[in-house]
Amino acid sequence: MEKTWNNKAWFMVLPVLLLVAFSAVIPLMTVVNYSVQDTFGNNQFFWAGAEWFEEILHSDRFHAALGRNLFFSLVILLIEIPLGIVIALNMPRRGWGVPVCLVLMSLPLLIPWNVVGTIWQVFGRVDIGLLGRTLEALGINYNYVQNPVHAWITVFIMDVWHWTSLVVLLCYAGLVSIPDAFYQAAKIDGASRWAVFRYIQLPKMNRVLLIAVLLRFMDSFMIYTEPFVVTGGGPGNSTTFLSIDLVKMAVGQFDLGPAAAMSIIYFLIILLMSWVFYTVMTNYDAER
Amino acid sequence: MAKIDLNHIRHAYGPNPQSPKDYALREVHHSWDDGGAYALLGPSGCGKTTLLNIISGLIHPSHGQLLFDGQDVTNLSTQERNIAQVFQFPVIYDTMSVYDNLAFPLRNRGVPEADIDRKVRETLDMIDLADWAKKKARGLTADQKQKISLGRGLVRSDVNAILFDEPLTVIDPHMKWMLRSQLKQLHRRFGYTMVYVTHDQTEALTFAQKVVVMYEGEIVQIGTPEELFERPKHTFVGYFIGSPGMNVMPVKLAGAIASLGSHRIELPAPAKLGDATKVELGIRPEYVRLGRQGMPVTIAKVEDIGRHKIVRARLEGQELAIIVGEGQEIPTEPHVAFDPRGINIYADSWRVEG
Repeated sequence: MEKTWNNKAWFMVLPVLLLVAFSAVIPLMTVVNYSVQDTFGNNQFFWAGAEWFEEILHSDRFHAALGRNLFFSLVILLIEIPLGIVIALNMPRRGWGVPVCLVLMSLPLLIPWNVVGTIWQVFGRVDIGLLGRTLEALGINYNYVQNPVHAWITVFIMDVWHWTSLVVLLCYAGLVSIPDAFYQAAKIDGASRWAVFRYIQLPKMNRVLLIAVLLRFMDSFMIYTEPFVVTGGGPGNSTTFLSIDLVKMAVGQFDLGPAAAMSIIYFLIILLMSWVFYTVMTNYDAER
Repeated sequence: MAKIDLNHIRHAYGPNPQSPKDYALREVHHSWDDGGAYALLGPSGCGKTTLLNIISGLIHPSHGQLLFDGQDVTNLSTQERNIAQVFQFPVIYDTMSVYDNLAFPLRNRGVPEADIDRKVRETLDMIDLADWAKKKARGLTADQKQKISLGRGLVRSDVNAILFDEPLTVIDPHMKWMLRSQLKQLHRRFGYTMVYVTHDQTEALTFAQKVVVMYEGEIVQIGTPEELFERPKHTFVGYFIGSPGMNVMPVKLAGAIASLGSHRIELPAPAKLGDATKVELGIRPEYVRLGRQGMPVTIAKVEDIGRHKIVRARLEGQELAIIVGEGQEIPTEPHVAFDPRGINIYADSWRVEG
């Protein structure tokens, strides 16, 4: 039978094509466009090639921000993952405590990010904040606006407060899927509390843990709103993460070329990290 | 190995049991021999798993005592009781090798590594998994996993009893048979006290020396498979064991004569009834003779199941199942007669001893 060729169907795809073009392709290409050109206003562009990329890759400012970002992600992972596991292990399995704990755990996740920032910004203030005043009353000279160490600690605690729940909820989901018979068998085998954790609970949790690590890494690597609201990247540049630096460069200094190059590099780093995680996870699944 | 005494054990899951209905286990008072193979048989919710968990120590009974070899273990923890249990779904430690799975209970008890190695190798031979020792346990089939669960109990030479909670539920039918015969073999060779929970009568009857039939939180009969078949103590045992179950019909009794409607059935011996309100006659389909003489019946249908035929008939308005040989013809004017050897009389559902 002869096939009828009718290409009118392509028009059906048009709306979605337009949508994707406006929401993703055009903005992305604009960024690419800026990253390879220089402009002195008046819409006059000069070809710059890979100049901006070289500049960014060799700039100390970028290295410092990247370093801070990696350090931040590492520390919050080291705190949130073990803490999340410990909390999940101690949450009740049945009874009225379950809904109470689940709601309490979800609360921080439901608060908009800039509100989280504002909460901690006010909470830590030395003049009116509960935390700031209390620490001062205890004789601790705490000031996140001037002391970089205090600023870092505040940002860490804020992130732990905001995101540990996510790890808890994921681990809890893994834990409740373990049938009672496993615990009973462990009792009969005379397993210690640690052995139960090491050989029953941890193996059953490790898939959700991988997801938790992936999510927390991605999120913390892209962090912007909360530290921006609390410290604004300061004091000095001490809490300026990649995203904050990027906005400073693009909106503050209006250096569109380097900013565009930086966002592309930033994007490629995240892409690389995602690929690594994805490969590790699929390899792990294949091994099972 | 140990003798197990169940001393007036009762259990209720709720906090304040008032009536017998609140008890999942009403009253169990029995003594099980050292080295015996017992099967707890009964429908879902009859309390058999509760009883098993009381023996293993996962549940503390509301009343009564549990003794192992005369020693009160009611308040001991599962670990201190030194029992082994195989669960419905295979419980294995995923990340460990088969060898480490078996070594786990010994390592937890601080046994020297040389003894562990010897015991584990012995056990691997017993459960036929010697070739799999170095493999990760999670890659095995369900029946192999179930053998590992069993092996973790066997590896401890001093276990008081091995408990099985419907261990063959997830096993393929042809492997079920193999595993069951391996279990029996282990029992014969090493004389473990074994308690086996199941709702499958074939499993219970082929595995156990003594079958414990439970019904609504009570043990209704403990007996050999033959006793359960020939002389069911309770009408429930009659229904539950055998396929199809026993025919039970209300009768009136006068001396050694039972009247079923207008028919008179002669009993081997007169039965003493006491003041029972409900009198029934029970006869297994195997003991009903279909022929041209006796009581007239109407036949509703005939099921041919290969080895024999099951005839579903009605006698005096009562349903009656009859088993007839594969070659036997079904007469056009069917009558039945009861073989006196197969007649049991029940007063208020309990068998009247002759």
